[in-house]
Order: sequence, then C-alpha cells, then structure tokens
Amino acid sequence: MNNLKKKKNIKLLQGNEACAEGALLAGVKFFAGYPITPSSEIAENMARKLPKIGGKFIQMEDEIASMAAVIGASIAGLKSLTATSGPGMCLKQENLGFAIINEIPCVVVNAQRGGPSTGLPTKPSQGDMMQARWGTHGDHPIIALAPSTVNEILTLTIKAFNFSEKYRTPVILLLDEVIAHMREKVEIPAPENIEVINRKKPTVPPEEYLPFKPDEDGVPPMANFGEGYRYHITGLIHNYKGLPTSNSQEIDAFIRRLHNKIQKNIKDIIIYEKYSLDDAKIALIAYGSVARAAERTVKLAREEGLKVGLLKLLTIWPFPFEEVNRLAQQVDLIIVPEMNLGQIVLEAERAAQGKCRVVPYGRVDGELINPIEILGKIWEEIRK
Amino acid sequence: MKERIEICLSGSGGQGLILAGIILAEAAGIYDGKEAVQSQSYGPEARGGASRSEVVISNNTIDYPKVIKSDILLALTQTACDKYVKNLNKDGILVADSTLVTEVPNISNKIYLFPIAETAQKKFGTKLVTNIISLGIIVGLTEVVSQEAIKKAVCFRVPVKAKEVNEKALLLGFDIAKDLKTKK
Repeated sequence: MNNLKKKKNIKLLQGNEACAEGALLAGVKFFAGYPITPSSEIAENMARKLPKIGGKFIQMEDEIASMAAVIGASIAGLKSLTATSGPGMCLKQENLGFAIINEIPCVVVNAQRGGPSTGLPTKPSQGDMMQARWGTHGDHPIIALAPSTVNEILTLTIKAFNFSEKYRTPVILLLDEVIAHMREKVEIPAPENIEVINRKKPTVPPEEYLPFKPDEDGVPPMANFGEGYRYHITGLIHNYKGLPTSNSQEIDAFIRRLHNKIQKNIKDIIIYEKYSLDDAKIALIAYGSVARAAERTVKLAREEGLKVGLLKLLTIWPFPFEEVNRLAQQVDLIIVPEMNLGQIVLEAERAAQGKCRVVPYGRVDGELINPIEILGKIWEEIRK
Repeated sequence: MKERIEICLSGSGGQGLILAGIILAEAAGIYDGKEAVQSQSYGPEARGGASRSEVVISNNTIDYPKVIKSDILLALTQTACDKYVKNLNKDGILVADSTLVTEVPNISNKIYLFPIAETAQKKFGTKLVTNIISLGIIVGLTEVVSQEAIKKAVCFRVPVKAKEVNEKALLLGFDIAKDLKTKK
C-alpha cells in the first residue's frame, strides 16, 4: 500500500488544493488575489507554495487591484493566476476586459457561490455562467472551463494555463462551492507526463518587433516587459504597434482576429464527455458538480428502462454548438439541470435549432441538485 | 458490505465534524485503497450554526458525491438529529451523543447512544476530541474503514502536538463501540 502511494502520488485533495497543484504543474509563478469563500484555499496554497519555487504571492487591497497585478505579472513574463467568487468576479470584470484586448495570458478562477451580491457565501451555485461569457463589456471572445471532479480541477487548471498561453487570452475556470470544497482522491501526475504550453516569444530583434502583429495562427508573439522589447499597451483598440487607432480597417481586423483566434481553434478548445449516449432518446446536458448527479441519474434511468444519456460539458465557452446540434438530431428531448434558473439551457436550445425539445431544470436553494429529482423531471417530461 | 456507503456527520460548527469527515475519507481512500469523497455544508458563521460533513465510500468510481440516504448518521446536536434522521436509510444506524440529543427519535433503526462530549471532557480535559472519539465509535461499530487505516489517517491529519491525545481518543472510541455492541 505504501509502495503504491509513493509510486503513484495519490492524495486526498480538496478541489481548491487541486487547482493550486494544477497551476503549479502548469508553471504558475504569480498569484494576486483577495480572499473570499469558497475560493480562499487556492490563495492559501499559493501563499504557502509559490515562495518556495521562487514565485510571488501578493494579497492586494481588492479584486480590481488583484486582476491588475495579474496582468502586470503576465506582461513581465510570469504565468499568473487569481481566484475569487461572484462578488470578486464582478470587480475583476473591468481589468478582465483589459486583459482580453491586450491578449494577456492569465487564469481567473471563479468558485461560484449563491448570488447576486454577497448572496450565499458557503453554498453552491452555477449562477455566473453567463457572467463568464459577457461579464466584461465589448464584443469579445472568452474561454471558460468547468470541471466536475477534483481530478478534473487539476487537469483543467493545467489546460486553462495552456489555452491562455497558446491563444494569448484570459481563461476562466468555473468551479462551484461543492467541488471547490470537496475532497477526493487525486493522482498527481509526474511533471514529465503533462503537456505544458508556453507563450510564443518574438524571433525578431526589438527594433523590428510589432507587438500586436499576428502570426498565421492569429496570435502575436509576446515579448516580456524588461527584456529590451519596448512597446505600448492600451485599453484602446490598437494597431500592430500597440498604439490607438481610428482606422476602420484596422479596427475591424483587430476585433475579428480576437474572435477568430479562438473560433478557428474550437476543435482544440472544446472538451466534453459522453455517457451512454449511443442509443439515447433523452439526453441530459450538465456541467460542474451537477454533472455528477446527472451521471447517477443516467444509471437510475437505465435501470428503469429509459434510454437516457449524458453530455458532460467541460468547455462552456466557446459553447459546443456542433456537438449539441448533433445530439438534438439524435434525441427527442434534452434536459439541462443546472444550479440557476436557466443559463446554459439557453445556449443548448439555440444549438438544438428546434430539432428536439430542450427544457431547463433549475435549483437555486443553495443545495446541489440530486439524481432523484432529475429522474423525476425526466418522468414528468415523458408523461407530458 | 454495500458497494456504496454514505455517512453523514452532523452537529454544529466547531465540533470538528469536517475534520472527522476528512479523516474518514482519507482512511478509506488512501489507506484502505477504496474510492472516497468528502463534502461539507456549513453556514457563514465561524462557530455555531448547523454543520455537516458527508463521506461517500465505494469500491467503484463515485459519481454523485453527496449523501442520498445515509447508512451511518452521527448526530451531535438535537437539531442535527431531528433534521438528518429523516434521511437515514431503513437499515442505517444512528450514533448520537446522549447528553446533546435528549429526544431520541422514534425509529426502527439501530440507535447507539453515548455521552461522547462529556466523556471527552472527563477523560482528556477537552471536548476537542469529541470528533475523534465519535470516529472510533463509528469504525468500531461498522468497520466502514479498517481500524489500521483510521489510526493512520488520524495521525496524518491532526497537529503533531495533539497526536497522542487523539490516538487515545480513537482507541477509547473503539472500546466504547465494543461495549455498545454487547449491550445490544
């Protein structure tokens, strides 16, 4: 038993601890944040561990400043992380937009609790799914991932860093109180067994460097501040040099490129899992901790002779439109259980394009949806 | 033993129920090599208020991580007992602190009553080990994890200076379980 433990490095980790472990494996070197339940253990773990590997941890005066510090550290070349919950996520929105327009890689964790406002500090919710998409203003793209197990928190944190570096974009990791606080067995992978992606650096000398001129993949190489590449960064829409522009062609090309660098790579970015969908006539679409209830519901429903399957979403944004569209052609009914009164169900309905019925199942009392009530919803819909 | 065992440890904030859940999950998951999930529910208060810790132990991958119907319920307050006893499986057992839970529910389940907190205070001069004595009782009664595993897990999770007292508290829990079993 002890041998196995040593060989495989299996630990009982809290979701937030797994997030910190994943970040370290991905190469995080900077954390700035302001503590808030149910995300605080991410900051606590970063505070303990970052100084030991030559990284920096700083508790800022609030979440606006935390997000600003994360942006600064990333521009200086460090992989950067911040973690918060709904109330803090609101404050981060302004600088999140700044990170998007300046294509600054960073990872922002939102361990969702009940809202609006300070809401329910210690209870779960999935009420910030649309905030992740449209919380900051402007016509912007975003990547958001939603794990449903402690193990997935670890692996998706690494993915989040990799996507942020590869596509030069902030990535939002959406947890919920259940999985953030939950402890589960996790096998921590050896560093040599994981893929770590680092941002592209310029190959030209400083005098030839155009900081926002994209390569063919739509992503411009990124020079660290302080390495001799002097350039301008602004929240205004900018040209290749990073200077504000009012040239309509440049503006149009810039906004389209921001979207395209994500949209053209959705095959790489969209992650999902299928459970018992092959012969399914009814599909559940779920994410986060609710996906685990849905997985159990599938087993219960199958025992009752119902052909039910589950599409578990790990990537929320960009939304897996094609996959849901295909599913809608196969099944008669899609049910979307979520801890809100209907957010992702709207996307599912849009993607289904009327090819099947799409219905919500929401719970907003601060408790995790259980498998029995989803089964009840299935029967209710069948009898309609 | 059942494929999936659900345990609910309930009481109020400050009684160490969350730590007890972590220790139980660690015993099952790490030292007994099973699958285990621990989750919790508590209020915004630092102390007081309802608190519960849930542990699911299984030989297979655990999908739904929370308790649906508990097989083992520990109740360290009357409020917790009244609330969670409704969710006890028909063949599940209730372990309750006899001083803190005075109105014993009228159910057909096996009920084990013992003045756990009072004993902690008498034997160790602190109620802080109530949670560990409770774990000893639960494991002694049910063997939901091995005694070896729970010992290791207790030693791993409690602060070094409190290791000895917690080990003793666990062993006391085992002994109490033996007595409770023979009385039945």
